[in-house]
Amino acid sequence: MTAPTTVATDVVLKLTNVHSYYGAIHALRGIDIEVPRGEIVTLIGANGAGKTTTLRTISGLLHPREGSVEFNGQDISRVPAHELVVKGIGHAPEGRRIFSRLTIYENLLMGGFTRSKDENTEQVERVYELFPRLRERHAQKGGTLSGGEQQMLAIGRALMTRPDVLLLDEPSLGLAPILVQQIFGIIREINASGMTILLVEQNALQALSVANRGYVLQTGEVVLSGSSRDLRENEMVRKAYLGED
Amino acid sequence: MTALPATSEAGARVPMGASLRPLLRLVIPALLVVGAYAFMGPEQFVNAMTRGAIYALIALGYTMVYGIIELINFAHGDMFMMGAFVSLTFLGQILGLTGSITEIAKLAPLLVAAFFISMIVMGAVGVTIERLAYKPLRAAPRLAPLITAIGVSFILQNIVMLKYGPYQTNSPKIFPSVDIVIGTAKIPALSLFIIVVAVVMMIALQLFIGRTRLGRAMRSTAADRDAAQLMGVNINRTIAITFLIGAALAGAAGVVNGLQYGVSRFDDGFQAGLKAFTAAVLGGIGNTVGAALGGFIIGFIEVGATVMGFSRWGPAIVFGTLVIVLVFRPSGLLGQQLGERA
Repeated sequence: MTAPTTVATDVVLKLTNVHSYYGAIHALRGIDIEVPRGEIVTLIGANGAGKTTTLRTISGLLHPREGSVEFNGQDISRVPAHELVVKGIGHAPEGRRIFSRLTIYENLLMGGFTRSKDENTEQVERVYELFPRLRERHAQKGGTLSGGEQQMLAIGRALMTRPDVLLLDEPSLGLAPILVQQIFGIIREINASGMTILLVEQNALQALSVANRGYVLQTGEVVLSGSSRDLRENEMVRKAYLGED
Repeated sequence: MTALPATSEAGARVPMGASLRPLLRLVIPALLVVGAYAFMGPEQFVNAMTRGAIYALIALGYTMVYGIIELINFAHGDMFMMGAFVSLTFLGQILGLTGSITEIAKLAPLLVAAFFISMIVMGAVGVTIERLAYKPLRAAPRLAPLITAIGVSFILQNIVMLKYGPYQTNSPKIFPSVDIVIGTAKIPALSLFIIVVAVVMMIALQLFIGRTRLGRAMRSTAADRDAAQLMGVNINRTIAITFLIGAALAGAAGVVNGLQYGVSRFDDGFQAGLKAFTAAVLGGIGNTVGAALGGFIIGFIEVGATVMGFSRWGPAIVFGTLVIVLVFRPSGLLGQQLGERA
């Protein structure tokens, strides 16, 4: 559902001609992406298209060699990752990267590493409301959780700082269909509370059903972009990513 | 990983009287300690503890640095040696002290100052080395920083050799050689002092790693560097602090060594470093409790060998023990089993 009435949309993230490298590998080849405030934007594409690299470039784990990343109007392409956490970027990375030897509760506190104790106490409560499952298992070690629970924890951990934008990398990867539904339900719910979300997904159908707009990536370039509705009806997307003939 | 307290989860899958394990874990070490005491007698027991304490302080630096950047910092033994030279320069050459100081009111501030200065100077040296030699190689293949560490070791040794010569330099034994008599045993007060200082530092380190914000930063960086950054941890600063603490502990070990043995030489760090490194591996590299434990074990093995009249075989027995332990527990006594880092 696009909102055509909104004039001069407030842009949270703006990538302009971004080139990123992994060593000698030219992973992003001039990417332009805009994420308007309050929306869900999705990046879809095959393995190796550069979706994860895009998120890593935004959150500062990787710095672009060329081009700019703007966050709330400020160029952040040289800002280290740990400072961007404070500025308001939350990133639930590929593979969840839960601290396996810490409990759920301790993992959440790590998520609030840059915040005060009081803020964290309050925010842990909100995360538990969003994911009652995490509250039930709060003393369980991260490494012993199921894939779905780990994903919930990864999202909850990224929400601990109450970021301006939440980057989600393949939240449905490896989950049973019923859990995929649940995770996407939660993504909607988080977005409904006002959170801007940049979602990377291989499950293009699901992604386009929750997102306002999307970008299709291929070998480090944006080959197509538009509203979710337009993308779903696009012939190429239907063939390549939605598995239709 | 750095000092997440070793829990019973390691090796839980080993099919062996599972309910007995926690009990055995306490009983076996207790029996070993009692056995060592009965065998060596109180004097040699304390001697072994003293030596073990020095190895343990050095081993902590090896294990912390390995835990956080997976580098075996071969220059770490030389940090210990330099710590001893900082201390002897301060006490002997700047203050001009030579003998023991019997007044506690004078001795205490001197000791505090010696530890303080040596730990600060070595901490600064450690941070500088990390910044200049290791940080630029953080993305390089592992062999590169390893070779660099060996190079740094040579540089440190040669700096000290240029300044102090290739001979032994006297280190003022300012601690009076007073014995504390318990029954028929005479225990040097200095030994007790060394053990207490080492144990206090180890406990402080555990509290620091376990309870403070910086400690949490260190543990998360060791577990997953990218994830730690996404939590807002400044990993460059965290790694620098790890070097700072490790080097400061080596500096403290150097001060202690000077008080105990009264001489230092530019290559003292090699042997001590090798044994402390062995201690870290024996205990489970990356685990701070393991490093301390390994240090004490090596102290006991060395002194035990001497008591049995095999003092020349000390190093062989130390490394033999290491080989045997690693055959049965490849990741050391308290090390995590492979595969736990999910």
